[in-house]
Amino acid sequence: MLYIKCPYCGLRAQKEFSYGGDATVKRPNINEEVSSKDWDNFVYMRKSPRGKHVELWQHIAGCRQWIKVQRDTATHEIFQTAKVTEEIR
Amino acid sequence: MQKYSLFSLIKNAFSNHQNWEVAWKDPIPKSEYDVVIIGGGGHGLATAYYLAKEHNIRNVAIIEKGWIGGGNVGRNTTIIRSNFMYDANARFNEFGMDLWRNLSQELNFNVMFSPRGIINLAHSDAQMNAYARRGNSMRLNGIDAKLLDRNEVKKLIPMADFSDEVRFPIFGGLMQPSAGTARHDAVAWGYARQADDMGVDIIQHCEVTGFDVVNGKIKGIRTSRGDIKAKKVGLCVAGSTNILAEKLNMTLPIETHVLQACVSEPVKPLLDGVVTFGAGHFYISQSDKGEMVMGGDLDGYNSYAQRGNLPTIQHVLTGGLALFPFLSRLKMLRTWGGIMDMSMDGSPIIDKTHIEGLYLNCGWCYGGFKSTPVSGWTFAHTIAQDQVHELNSELRLNRFSTGHLLDEKGLGTKTWIG
Repeated sequence: MLYIKCPYCGLRAQKEFSYGGDATVKRPNINEEVSSKDWDNFVYMRKSPRGKHVELWQHIAGCRQWIKVQRDTATHEIFQTAKVTEEIR
Repeated sequence: MQKYSLFSLIKNAFSNHQNWEVAWKDPIPKSEYDVVIIGGGGHGLATAYYLAKEHNIRNVAIIEKGWIGGGNVGRNTTIIRSNFMYDANARFNEFGMDLWRNLSQELNFNVMFSPRGIINLAHSDAQMNAYARRGNSMRLNGIDAKLLDRNEVKKLIPMADFSDEVRFPIFGGLMQPSAGTARHDAVAWGYARQADDMGVDIIQHCEVTGFDVVNGKIKGIRTSRGDIKAKKVGLCVAGSTNILAEKLNMTLPIETHVLQACVSEPVKPLLDGVVTFGAGHFYISQSDKGEMVMGGDLDGYNSYAQRGNLPTIQHVLTGGLALFPFLSRLKMLRTWGGIMDMSMDGSPIIDKTHIEGLYLNCGWCYGGFKSTPVSGWTFAHTIAQDQVHELNSELRLNRFSTGHLLDEKGLGTKTWIG
């Protein structure tokens, strides 16, 4: 079981959360010319690194906020969590 | 090569089975090969075998970081089927079914292919309609499909919960009678033994650390056991594709996830074929040893760990218990995990790349084992002829940018939901 520290609620079990994928993927800006390649990269292309990965989770059975989690994809160790508006470095 | 037969078994019995020759050698890597296949799993071994057999390319090496058969080919739940709706997937996998049917004879190795059928259960009228549609599509592609009503399902799996109180009553199901299971290790070993016999070097415990690409052309690979020159390189490392792609500065439409499976203690013969639950993600079959082999959802987050967490196993088995209440009295023998190349439309990629001489075989999601022969067959063709075969002409990398997706399940890019 993973234990994720929600920045709003504190340490909670993985079962309260649902996964939202890579948090570093950025949607192209609206009202700007977007090339097919940019859309391609946004919709389909993923780095999926082995090691540190910054990802989105939603505290679905808690405060329902989206949060950022920095986790190791090889060991499942969680290093850091933050609000979505905050940066993880 | 020593042929395996009843005669050779009896003959070797006289020397207490001490004189069997090794099934494949342990060669020292040469400095140059015509083709290097990275990944000694089922698909890589099959690719090398068909390169040698169908295309007479025998100066081939398989480079494997661990040992052959130690990855997903030894971790899957051994299901073989071709019950796909889309033409590209259906034709591809039905060609594979033909290879499966003759594989034991071809490899002179009993892969224990056992076509006992697969039943996908439906739990609503809408699901029955969807299965009727899929079954019709399968039949149009020459694949056997049978729509079963509730009573027909009850005859085949009477131990399922057919009581009135169940939350998801069984309305019927779609059956592919020619689907089945095989012994996964034997598939890897059988291909390895024949490939080795035809001159393929199987190099184990050798990690690929980099690639030599000059002017957009592959020249060779760098490994933990020295540099190896190669005219052509095939990547066949589902589960680790993103790691090698990063070394090539490539980004792919693939996320890597962990999938768990489990087996119970062995019991007497109970379940004939494969059954999938339609109201949750759960599937089950019984191995020849009597163990109930079960699997279901991904753990649901990017992972390269070959192990998962308990909540997913609990969730999957909750679905299992809803379908087969008798499971509650079985002890679990073991659980394990394997890492999956989850492609963004749920279908695999077998293609050339923008680098000349570099070929890509990846994105198998959780369905790689059943495609082992056809994957090797088409990948060998793609490498040998430097062009895709008709069978994998729609399994190309550019389908994501052109919009020709093969989203069999219609799930979109949230691969972890599937």
